[in-house]
Amino acid sequence: MKGRDLAELAARNLREAALRNSLTTVGIAVGVASLVAMLSLGVGLQNLASDRLSRTGLFDAIFVTAKPNTPSLRRMENPSPAPLAPVRTLDDDGRHQLEALPNVVAVYPEIRFPTEIHYAGNPYATVVSGVAPSDRNDGAFDQMKGSFFSGPSADEAIVQVELARQLATPPESVIGNQVILRYAERQALPAESGGGKSDGYSIVPREEKLRIVGIIETDPAGGFGAFGRARLFIPLKVAETLRTAQTNDLRDLLRDTPSKRTYDSLTVRLTGASKVKDAEDSIKQMGFAAYSLLDATRSLGLVFAVFDLFLGIFGSLALVVASLGIINTLVMAILERRREIGILKALGAADGDVRRLFFVEAGAMGLLGGIFGVLIGWLIGRAINFGTNIYLARRDLPAISVTAVPWWMVAAAIGFSIAVSLVAGMYPASRAAKLDPVQALRYE
Amino acid sequence: MTTSAPIPGQAAIRLQQVTRHYQMGETLVRAADNVTLSIGAGEFVALLGSSGSGKSTLLNLMAGLDRPTSGAIFAHDRNLAEMSSEELAKHRSHTIGIVFQAFNLLPRMTLEENVELPLRLAEVERSERTSRVREAVDRVRLSARLTHRPSELSGGEQQRAALARALVNKPTILLADEPTGNLDSATGDEIMLLLREINETLGMTIVMVTHEQPRAERFAHRLILMGDGKLVSDGSVS
Repeated sequence: MKGRDLAELAARNLREAALRNSLTTVGIAVGVASLVAMLSLGVGLQNLASDRLSRTGLFDAIFVTAKPNTPSLRRMENPSPAPLAPVRTLDDDGRHQLEALPNVVAVYPEIRFPTEIHYAGNPYATVVSGVAPSDRNDGAFDQMKGSFFSGPSADEAIVQVELARQLATPPESVIGNQVILRYAERQALPAESGGGKSDGYSIVPREEKLRIVGIIETDPAGGFGAFGRARLFIPLKVAETLRTAQTNDLRDLLRDTPSKRTYDSLTVRLTGASKVKDAEDSIKQMGFAAYSLLDATRSLGLVFAVFDLFLGIFGSLALVVASLGIINTLVMAILERRREIGILKALGAADGDVRRLFFVEAGAMGLLGGIFGVLIGWLIGRAINFGTNIYLARRDLPAISVTAVPWWMVAAAIGFSIAVSLVAGMYPASRAAKLDPVQALRYE
Repeated sequence: MTTSAPIPGQAAIRLQQVTRHYQMGETLVRAADNVTLSIGAGEFVALLGSSGSGKSTLLNLMAGLDRPTSGAIFAHDRNLAEMSSEELAKHRSHTIGIVFQAFNLLPRMTLEENVELPLRLAEVERSERTSRVREAVDRVRLSARLTHRPSELSGGEQQRAALARALVNKPTILLADEPTGNLDSATGDEIMLLLREINETLGMTIVMVTHEQPRAERFAHRLILMGDGKLVSDGSVS
């Protein structure tokens, strides 16, 4: 029998026992809905965690330092070690090279220094940190009061809420006011020997007037070097032009070219976490040391894969129960349609035609159950989101999405539903196909 | 309507020492016991006998609905006993047309859909189906009832619809199992006249199981009498 004829006969048979087949289909739909709801929760939580973590800037960033060339213990045990390669200095040349790598969004140093600020005539000791423009996407700035820097070179500051509380009451009143930043500037001394080589540098106290534009609750992580507690944040470009004294200044002094700028570390920000591995390899080939949280990302993926697997197994249990409904419905259909099967065989239907007819009926119930199940599962997910956000709103927390139904899940759930239905239909289909036509025709 | 032309004189169905035994509890039932017979192409044969004589068993064996315990059954020189179940299905679809005492129309289908069913099973192109259905329905004079369901037809009309369904695939052999058993005398005669017309105009071989000897003598060419699974007598109607 041709496919279209098979489909038409199956549709007719399904319509003829509409109530029973509908109830079976609803059973499958409930099973699929349970599976989709469970998986959508797993995927939603994974997306939420990935999104939050990626917005810390830790997973799409590589922390680059000069390669250490102090000999290791193992190397010292070796009686004839190969000579150590010279250390590559992390300077502006290296920074430009890093910027030229593919998929690099930004390369910037960590500038962080302890200093004193003056607000409304009172001094406060604090730590200042430079914020790169790409940090704008950091979760710390999502719920900020006020606004982000108006430009990369704006003389503006964002304060952490604890500092804002010290500066004024209510803390929000600091927005729009001026704060004076006092800092130590490094100035290179002119060469005295006439050989063009600088003889060192001096430290000069300076002041910078900044306008407070925003308040944030938590520190933006910014990168690997940014775990220290900073309380005042300024644009990175402004922080770089201040030329504040840094911890690597002493080492620079001993170099042949102390006026040439070097960095303790640079953060390389990439377009996505998936680009980290290739970039990290390239940076190591350049002769620098590179670190990333790639392994941590992989571990996170593994944890969620196992989590999704268990949610999927629990969600599938309802579908397995629903498959028993399909077997029951089709076995009942064989009993009811025994004579009809006999007539079909007498008119020329092969065993395979009868088997396929029952398979198509099972598959159709699986398809419809799958479609409705995905829809119900999606609605359950929306309800979970709705309830979660009411709860969060009562605690003055921002709205989030804890469930997600991506297209692959829609396709997989419907496919799985059809597959389970076909497996459930195997026994009834085989039983119907093997029915003896002579006996079937005698059946009243 | 035409059928694949039977060759005159050649056997349409040949049974060679056919037996069909059933086990019912501890009793062995010999439904067909060493039956040998030959039915020529274009013959109208009536299989007569009392209830349980084995005539329906023989008809089922000829249709390929059942397999013999031993012996051989040839339909146009092809041994049904050696066919796979798929081949037997094709044999039923293309070579055989069957009508039953209980009509066996599918109750939820219209007359047109019932007659079309064998064409679906035989994978006949859709474009060809409508004309084939009309032709078969015209032959049994039911054109005005195409959209009616079996429950809306009289007994005679239902049997004529079943006859149209049996003819629609243009078989060479028509097997009828008590085709008038559920009908009154007049309607039964109408069906018998139709069968004779089909036999004469299409040259179709007809094997009819019946227990009504007078009617069989009026319409069939040959009478075969069965008893206890054995062939009791076989002779032409004078």
